[in-house]
Amino acid sequence: MSNDNAQTLYDKLWNSHIVRENENGTSLLYIDRQLIHEVTSPQAFEGLRIAHRKPWKLSANLATPDHNVPTNHRAKGIIDPVSKLQVDTLDQNCDYFNITEFKMDDIRQGIVHVISPEQGATLPAMTLVCGDSHTSTHGAFGTLAFGIGTSEVEHVLATQCLIQKKSKNMLIQVDGCLNPGVTAKDVILTIIGEIGTAGGTGYAIEFAGEAIRSLSMEGRMTISNMAIEAGARAGMIAVDDTTINYVKNRPYSPKAEVWDQAVAYWQNFYSDADAHFDKVVTLRAEEIKPQVSWGTSPEMTMAIDEMIPDPAAESDPVKQAGMQAALNYMGLTAGTAINAVTVDVVFIGSCTNSRIEDMRAAAAIAKGKQVADNIKQALVVPGSGLIKQQAEQEGLDKIFIEAGFEWRDPGCSMCLAMNADRLEAGERCASTSNRNFEGRQGQGGRTHLVSPAMAAAAAIKGHFVNINEL
Amino acid sequence: MEKLTKITAISLPLDRANVDTDAIIPKQFLKSIKRSGFGPNLFDEWRYLDQGEPGMDNTKRPLNYDFVLNQPRYQGAEILLARDNFGCGSSREHAPWALEDFGIRVIIAPGFADIFYNNCFKNGLLPIVLEEKIVDHLFDLTQSNEGFQLIIDLEKQKIQSGIGFPAVDIDFELDEFRRHCLLEGLDEIGLTMAHANDIRAYEKSKKEVTPWLY
Ligand code: SF4
Repeated sequence: MSNDNAQTLYDKLWNSHIVRENENGTSLLYIDRQLIHEVTSPQAFEGLRIAHRKPWKLSANLATPDHNVPTNHRAKGIIDPVSKLQVDTLDQNCDYFNITEFKMDDIRQGIVHVISPEQGATLPAMTLVCGDSHTSTHGAFGTLAFGIGTSEVEHVLATQCLIQKKSKNMLIQVDGCLNPGVTAKDVILTIIGEIGTAGGTGYAIEFAGEAIRSLSMEGRMTISNMAIEAGARAGMIAVDDTTINYVKNRPYSPKAEVWDQAVAYWQNFYSDADAHFDKVVTLRAEEIKPQVSWGTSPEMTMAIDEMIPDPAAESDPVKQAGMQAALNYMGLTAGTAINAVTVDVVFIGSCTNSRIEDMRAAAAIAKGKQVADNIKQALVVPGSGLIKQQAEQEGLDKIFIEAGFEWRDPGCSMCLAMNADRLEAGERCASTSNRNFEGRQGQGGRTHLVSPAMAAAAAIKGHFVNINEL
Repeated sequence: MEKLTKITAISLPLDRANVDTDAIIPKQFLKSIKRSGFGPNLFDEWRYLDQGEPGMDNTKRPLNYDFVLNQPRYQGAEILLARDNFGCGSSREHAPWALEDFGIRVIIAPGFADIFYNNCFKNGLLPIVLEEKIVDHLFDLTQSNEGFQLIIDLEKQKIQSGIGFPAVDIDFELDEFRRHCLLEGLDEIGLTMAHANDIRAYEKSKKEVTPWLY
């Protein structure tokens, strides 16, 4: 029997944040948390100043510099003057308006999408925004989280609200159990390969099913982080014990008797059994294999045991041309086995894969081995100062350094090459980040998206390899 | 945002079609951390004879006197007459920021690029779409009468000429909601602010249910 009151997780999040509904079909939505970084905030702060406005709710905001920060020799400061100005401006704006900021020398500094969950600033059932498309990450907590533009950053600072139109509901269900060596990164790459980079446009995606449930919070964040690569502004996962256990006892999470009240509230944030989804996609976990992207869009991904696809086999002429252009840019030939492709650079980091679990997975592969001679650089960039500290307590830094990796300070680093870490033209990189667009990691650089274990394995072997065959 | 009800000002004829946002404000100026201060670099490549870079003292740069913006008769203009598809290209909000910072309040053209048109309203600029032959006529009047002024009355949605100039009387159309925003000087933030009581009421009720967020 269908139930008209049944709601999806997204419906519940949306409905619980409506301040008012406008006649033109938009809603004024309340925003519980805003994260701020140096690139998309300066004009928003300036707008506030010009209009003589103050932040509506100071405690809702949390800031940190991440895109432009150097990942080594940090004590020397930032050399590039444009980067330095952006970071200095963030510091000044946060000081001026009294916004909490983890500055570059703070142990809590790191990539915004890593530090907020780590601090308990990301909590279930909230709305969270940031001037950054990968804000979808926080959906892993049963949170409505999405990226916004600079005018909207200012709007949230001034009013704690946004004028928004509701998206449609999509369910992506991954049933069954993942095979050994298959990680959250492989799951999300497979999903994007399946539905395409525009597959989620206009939708809010909920990820569900046994394989998603069984993931840790780190793994779930990797999944929702890349919802934007599937075209959806927001991706989310229902609240369960894994969520609640992760959130407990973090600096910003509720304490004492309020904790129990919070848990009782959060436990309502799942999709009702007969809730309506506008689109449903189902995958079998057993069929997912370790992935390597081969092209210049995250949907151009393949299993490690496959051959690089042939554009000639594609019937759609537009797609065929796109595939050929991608192969040309990537310097690859159709029909080659991907595990025969050699790599120049390895990057383990970014808001997709720089959490402690990712560090452990990569270290487990690197332990007692040596980075191959053909690898020019192998970087490990933890997502926050606290993750770095934790990894060092576990001795992971030594494993990496002894194997020939560089152990760096936290930041976005080679994910987008706004700081000094970047690829040279033609260099091929096994990267744990989320975008393989042309020039993303440096002009002419060639990016292959993989999991942390697959990246570490590529560093050791000098070419892509199935981690199950190591 | 400044209110816009009625303005009387000199009009500046920019006689080119398809003026894109990179022409309005070239990309090297986007590195700025500011939203203001783009005015001196509005139409930089047409306006100066040298290559513009951020940080230059623009008052010392050689001007291109062939470009309308630099001609003495158009100094102080607040109305820009433009040709079709004005503001095409990249979505940069820096383009309306530059126009506004320079002092332009109204742009009249036969057509605008979509994103640019929307961005204008967020920054207190009024883009008016008029039929091509009416825009032609305004170009003629502006070019043949030194000091030609237009009166833009947003309340009555009328365009007339200043006293002592050949008469014009043109009606223009505008979405009611946007007209309201400009008249009241409301940007989206201002609009939301008008619901401050609703926001406070929401916060008050949620404080009971989710006290850990307050
Ligand atoms: S790590 Fe990469 S994707 Fe994530 S916020 Fe930084 S630049 Fe963006």
